[in-house]
Amino acid sequence: MTALPECISHWFSTRGWSIHPHQQAMLEQADRPATLLIAATGGGKTMAGFLPTLADLADGDHEGLHTLYVSPLKALAADIKRNLRTPIDEISLPIRVEDRTGDTSSARKKRQRADPPHILLTTPESLALLVSYADAARTFKGLKRVVIDEIHALADSKRGDQLMLALARLQSFCPNLRRVGLSATVDDPGAIANMLACHPDPCNILQADPGPTPDIAMLTVDQPPPWSGGGAAYAIPAVLEQIKQHKTTLIFHNTRAQAEIFFHNLWLANDENLSIAIHHGSLDHQQRERVEQAMVRGKLRAIVCTGSLDLGIDWGDVDLVIQIGAPKNVKRLVQRIGRANHRYNAPSKALLVPANRFEVVECQAALEATHAGDLDGDTRPRGPLDVLCQHILITACAGPFAADDLFQEIQTVGDYAALPRAAFDACLEYCATGGYALKAYDQWQRLIQRPDGQWQLRDPRSAARIRMNLGTIQDADLLKVRLKHSRGGKPLGEVEEAFAASLSPGDTFLIGGRIVRYEGLRDMTVEVSRNANRKPKVAVFSGTKFATSTQLSHRILAMFKQEDWPDLPAHTADWLHLQRRVSDLPRAGHLLFESFPHDGRAYSCLYGFAGRNAQQTLGLLLTKRMEDLGLDPLGFVATDYATLIWGLTPISDPAQLLDPNGLRDGLDGWLAGNQVMKRSFRAVATIAGLIERNQPGGRKNGRQATFSSDILYDTLRKYDPDHLLLKVTRDEAMAGLVDFGRIEDLLTRIQGRITHKQLDQVTPLAAPLLLEIGKVPVKGAAQEKLLQQETEALMRTSGLAALASD
Amino acid sequence: MTTFPFPFSGTTLTALGTGALWWEDQSLLCISDLHLGKSERHARRGGGPLPPYETKDTLARLSDLIDDLCPKSVICLGDSFDDGAAAQNMTAEDCATLHHLVNHRPWIWITGNHDPQPLAFGGTYHHRYSQGPLTFCHIATSKGSGEISGHYHPKARIKNTTRPAFLVDEHRIILPAFGTYTGGLNCTNPILSTLMQPQALAILTGPRPLPVPMPR
Repeated sequence: MTALPECISHWFSTRGWSIHPHQQAMLEQADRPATLLIAATGGGKTMAGFLPTLADLADGDHEGLHTLYVSPLKALAADIKRNLRTPIDEISLPIRVEDRTGDTSSARKKRQRADPPHILLTTPESLALLVSYADAARTFKGLKRVVIDEIHALADSKRGDQLMLALARLQSFCPNLRRVGLSATVDDPGAIANMLACHPDPCNILQADPGPTPDIAMLTVDQPPPWSGGGAAYAIPAVLEQIKQHKTTLIFHNTRAQAEIFFHNLWLANDENLSIAIHHGSLDHQQRERVEQAMVRGKLRAIVCTGSLDLGIDWGDVDLVIQIGAPKNVKRLVQRIGRANHRYNAPSKALLVPANRFEVVECQAALEATHAGDLDGDTRPRGPLDVLCQHILITACAGPFAADDLFQEIQTVGDYAALPRAAFDACLEYCATGGYALKAYDQWQRLIQRPDGQWQLRDPRSAARIRMNLGTIQDADLLKVRLKHSRGGKPLGEVEEAFAASLSPGDTFLIGGRIVRYEGLRDMTVEVSRNANRKPKVAVFSGTKFATSTQLSHRILAMFKQEDWPDLPAHTADWLHLQRRVSDLPRAGHLLFESFPHDGRAYSCLYGFAGRNAQQTLGLLLTKRMEDLGLDPLGFVATDYATLIWGLTPISDPAQLLDPNGLRDGLDGWLAGNQVMKRSFRAVATIAGLIERNQPGGRKNGRQATFSSDILYDTLRKYDPDHLLLKVTRDEAMAGLVDFGRIEDLLTRIQGRITHKQLDQVTPLAAPLLLEIGKVPVKGAAQEKLLQQETEALMRTSGLAALASD
Repeated sequence: MTTFPFPFSGTTLTALGTGALWWEDQSLLCISDLHLGKSERHARRGGGPLPPYETKDTLARLSDLIDDLCPKSVICLGDSFDDGAAAQNMTAEDCATLHHLVNHRPWIWITGNHDPQPLAFGGTYHHRYSQGPLTFCHIATSKGSGEISGHYHPKARIKNTTRPAFLVDEHRIILPAFGTYTGGLNCTNPILSTLMQPQALAILTGPRPLPVPMPR
């Protein structure tokens, strides 16, 4: 155990602070090999992580690096540096603290490697880079502790895998390294503990007092929410009223586009000119920083935001969190609610605003789950191989290595502990030669084996290329948006390249809360002009569409079993009663399949409650089967709970369509050429180092040098279908965007029990789907036809048609 | 095979969906920018190990085309090889395929910036080559007439679909790249939009060639 030196406890008492029980516990248990601390935001969590370090360093005896702090955000590292400075300066502790992120100058970075500070604050990517240098062992000599902040956020992504692989390296340099993880409330602390510990060491789990139960409710509005859509415009006056009644309100949205539209509407209704800002990942980082600073100074009454504010700096003044749209995932909701009232022992206050009628039900289910403390888990694949491939390349950058040693080291990472040797060897083979069935250019392999059996880079210069492309964050290709004629002026933000390509001059869209007019593309920058008068055309740039979690879906199905719904607003309860009278309500062990005519088409709606991605996949598979069976499907639309399909011929036998074997067969053929697969492949191939985003000499400026990753995907599929990266891609898509696992779950759950309701008209539950956006037409031959019509029309109107056929 | 025949400098030429140009009167097949050996050169220069199948794939598509059309002669408009060493390092199988193609008919290699020197694959080498009213070269010139070239790998975008495309005006035709591992330069790029006349067409490749006024 570590005792708190007198100077530190004195400093606490001069500030009128006392040590929280969990901070005391962290001190007492500082010698355990791994400790996971779970505490709500504002519980002095970071201080708890650093107290043992401060105590240990207070006597000034330690030489070199003592504690490494890793956070998912650069901004957080900078903020922690400021926060640590206060006690260090006021107590005059002999401690040097520095941060190291992508923004640190290269001269400083170089110096840090030779002469590291006592406490180094960094990100997983910067750490991976440090580990890739030949002098890494020297830099980290004497390292005693590593503190991973917001580890729950890293656990959800490949950044966490990369971090843990890098830690395995550090543990080899410093066998007595102690690991500390700081986490918000999570469903399964055991899983994070397993990730954190050096396998097979045990991991100690400390739970801080969770504090008072949060005060959460649904926002009551006189007007019922609309039948579909995600704007929640109906609630603007009520939200504005809440902003007036509170000091600072955070208004969370699930997508950036929704945040933009909501902010726009909020601003139009903001008669009193309350200071309201917008914050999301597509905005320029200077603009985001300005918003954050204004927030810290208490200048803002409300911030419309997305997941970009899920993590980060403590803001004591937030006293209300509003979630617009169903939260989709209870764990994220609880973490967002934690953003309000960062003072210990004050209840967080939050309001849920359903954006449409179905979301009323979803919000109610989320409220109940939150009260019950029932959080949903993730089924993220463990130990992804593309990250391992990158780690092997990083290891090679640092110097020659023996495969056996590296394999042993990797097995100390919880999520890779069960990795079979054959899988490791396949990754090593891929890194060395590309792993192709055809050994075409063996003399140019990336890694070669030395006579002593160790592996090393064939060409030492390739280390620079590997370092340039390090990391697992997949940015879509983004283009900066700038006002025309403001050369060197500040960019407004970024949009996806695909979105920019869909714009024609004159189109308007929302960015940073203002409407701009697209003028053109110049030097990889989208040029726009201000445009105040028109309704925006679109704001569809990125923003993840989360799927409703399995656990929340089950809760909704359980609610449907109730006789009555006294907790729901009358308009929603009446709607469910009507559905039960006209048709049926979906039940857990059955699949409700409704068929009805509408507008001259045959419609079918199946309520699978499998989440948006799986329902979308189901729509694609079923329409494909329908086409094979001559049922003339025309299109479909999917939501988190149902898929609505329309076509020319009514479906009489849904069981035939939903035959599991048939679906699986269809999946194989369909998956192959699917866009989802190509998108997954692009990410996998980039992380595994096959595709280089950055090349020496900078981005090729629109020249013909680069070609799309789709070509690589098609080529591999054709000539090397068993290639490692194709397998990884397939596994990932199946678990993620294709989400076939949840379709399998659904089929197992219903065991062929399908309730087929053949009705005369649209049912109350299906009606909102007719209004959903994002309808998918059944393509194929139709796409070529449409393209031909378009090109012929262009030829005619331009008068070139006559010319061409001279 | 669906085709798009069009008049050019007193001849009738046909754009094929594969990105090849067919001069039926002369039984002449023209393709551009094969970039054979691209993945080998990429790896040699320290890049990632790309799937080494593009040469095989490009040659297989070219063989199919030649089997289909039985041309009397073939012109490759340059950048046929990603570089000289890439040509030397081709697999024995790919070399045999290429020899077979080249040795059975008159074969004209136009030299390109990637392959400025003659290589040992038979055929004849030219910087520029003329036949009838047409001139074949690697890079289009601003004053040229009846000129057929490659180099730029043009592509065009219509309705969210981007495809390699032929660019055609009164004086010149620029072919899309035929090689499997080739990207493209959008025809809205100033280099191409200033080179091409106002009435230029872009002919999108694909299952059927689709002509449109060249997007600018």
